Amino acid sequence: MRELKILAIVIFFTAVTYWGVEPYAHSQMHPHVAPADFRFKDMEPLHVNGNVDNGKALVEANCLACHGIESVGYAAPMSSEDAAGAYGVVPPDLSHAGVIYAKNYLAGFLKDPVSATKLSHKFNDAKPYAMPSFAFLSDQEIADVVAYLQNIVATKPSDKEVFEEACGRCHSMKYDAWNAKTPIASMKNYLGAEAPDLSMMIRSKKAEYLNTFINEPLKMVEGIAMPRVGLSEASQSQVIAYIEKVGDRKKAERESLGLKLIGFMAIFTLIAYLWKVSIWKRAA
Amino acid sequence: MAQIKKAEGFIDWLDQRLAVKAFMRVMMSEYWIPKNINFLWAMGVVLIALFAVLLVTGLLLLMYYKPDVNLAFDSVNYTIMQEVEYGWLWRHMHGVAASATFLIIYIHLFTAIYYGSYKKGREMIWLTGMVLFVAFSAEAFSGYMLPWGQMSYWAAQVITNLFSGIPVIGDEVVIWIRGDYVVADATLTRFFMLHVVLLPLVILAVIAVHFYSLRFPHVNNQDSVELDFEAEAQKYKEGRIKESRVVPFWPVFLSKDFFVVGFFMTFFFFLVCYHFDFAMDPINFEPANSMKTPAHIYPEWYFLWNYEVLRGFFFDIGGIAAMDIGLIAFVFANVVFFLLPFLDRNAMNTAPAHKRPAFFVWFWLLIVDMIVLTVYGKLPPTGVNAWVGFFAAVVFLGLFIALPFITKLESKGERQ
Repeated sequence: MRELKILAIVIFFTAVTYWGVEPYAHSQMHPHVAPADFRFKDMEPLHVNGNVDNGKALVEANCLACHGIESVGYAAPMSSEDAAGAYGVVPPDLSHAGVIYAKNYLAGFLKDPVSATKLSHKFNDAKPYAMPSFAFLSDQEIADVVAYLQNIVATKPSDKEVFEEACGRCHSMKYDAWNAKTPIASMKNYLGAEAPDLSMMIRSKKAEYLNTFINEPLKMVEGIAMPRVGLSEASQSQVIAYIEKVGDRKKAERESLGLKLIGFMAIFTLIAYLWKVSIWKRAA
Repeated sequence: MAQIKKAEGFIDWLDQRLAVKAFMRVMMSEYWIPKNINFLWAMGVVLIALFAVLLVTGLLLLMYYKPDVNLAFDSVNYTIMQEVEYGWLWRHMHGVAASATFLIIYIHLFTAIYYGSYKKGREMIWLTGMVLFVAFSAEAFSGYMLPWGQMSYWAAQVITNLFSGIPVIGDEVVIWIRGDYVVADATLTRFFMLHVVLLPLVILAVIAVHFYSLRFPHVNNQDSVELDFEAEAQKYKEGRIKESRVVPFWPVFLSKDFFVVGFFMTFFFFLVCYHFDFAMDPINFEPANSMKTPAHIYPEWYFLWNYEVLRGFFFDIGGIAAMDIGLIAFVFANVVFFLLPFLDRNAMNTAPAHKRPAFFVWFWLLIVDMIVLTVYGKLPPTGVNAWVGFFAAVVFLGLFIALPFITKLESKGERQ
């Protein structure tokens, strides 16, 4: 009885200390923010249905000067190095853009890229953003472009493909042998910061943080150069799954081995307890 | 030369050459421990188990770790965590065991304070224990640097910089410790040396002295009764086991310790596999970057109380700079626990704290104050937090200044 009382006291003070330095301290250091918004409510949704054929014509006329769409046979017009030199950053291939990015975001991005990406602190009239605004298109035309981009996606991209298209232009993934398409020097010049390697991001930031952060970086880190990329909820979870696959490759092994180790020690403890009882019966 | 006869078996053969039977009697089967103890007396053996975990996993990690600023991070996070079979397990065990060691050290230390096991002949046990605490602190700090993550780098930066507070030679000492003007490759390599060679040697040697120093005054007990160990041991050996107030270290005492160790290690493996962030701070999975200061710099949880004593003095007092007051308080906090046996002016009273009302209050105030310091050592030192930290630091210093007076009064009260 006395031992249990002592144990309760030890556990109580340990738990209070733990609570103070972990959950409580972290809640103070990282104040609560609104959850991720995958509907991108700040941008006016389109109220018209797009026409795929019109969209195709519009894309061919307006997008292909800079972007490739490899899945339908349009190669990128320039090599990555040349594109990075010309625009500051390598423009994305649009093969899966229709599913990778949220529909509402795509429309808003076409109309006003700087507002959509929330990069007005980095780009303005003096330093224009690489992607021009297509605000001169009507809502119908924008809906047509979006419809076309959605239509050409034949197969769901893999986790890694989503990562490469959505993140891999700026970020490297050293532990999976992926180098950012845009050279580091161009990146620095373009955004004023190096884009970090994402190999260990899952351990340094954790999935929960990444989910809010990727959805809207500026909400989490003041003045950060990373744009809001506008991933749909599904493709963002694919990106996080890929980051986890690379950065925490042994997670499954860890979680299954954990049960065995705990089981082993529990049996050890039980046997030790029985042995102790039998010995102390004689002694005390 | 001893009389060597034809051996009756392997043990006898060894015994004739190494006196193993006598050795086992002295170390194990006739090393007498009081019977009236509780599980807090098992913390020493728990610490031995954790130290064994640290040593073995450390050796395994050492086979793949590369002490070079360009290679360290990837050797830990890629080679060890991903490529080497069960490398992640060795690293997680090593990291969690380091944190768990400090938890148990604190329990061990406060047990000694509560039951008065630091005085009346047990001063050397206390002092060697405190040397171990300091050696383990240095071991933990140097080890934390090795993965070369953000907090490895910035903690090294902040902590080595503390030495600049030493009058006159401070700045030179900092350069001497770092091996460079800034924390760099030379710093990493020398802390690697400290972590894997020098400090483990010191720790092993001091552990031996710590155990040795325990043999003469004997293990204390939870009622602080003075036992005649020889008479009690005699009773045990004569078979009056239930009547005797002592038990042998092996198998009786250790049978209980094995149970406690098992209980704790079950929890330990839960932490290793499912709940390790408290011991392996996520921020240290970001590579060291001298151009990017982290938003919050804090040490591991077990140094926080100490850190808060340093940082609690955030304003100049009487013309003395805040930084200097903090450093003096910090040095005081690190030295004062060593002095505990001599600050207690009622050295002959070894009763547990609940039988010493004033000391009892002092003890629990110390615990609460150190927890407050620990928590506020991590919180951002702004607004009201800074003041809570300041008052907690003042209370900490005050408690140790008050201790001689409290215990002196206590001893006067007893004599009347």
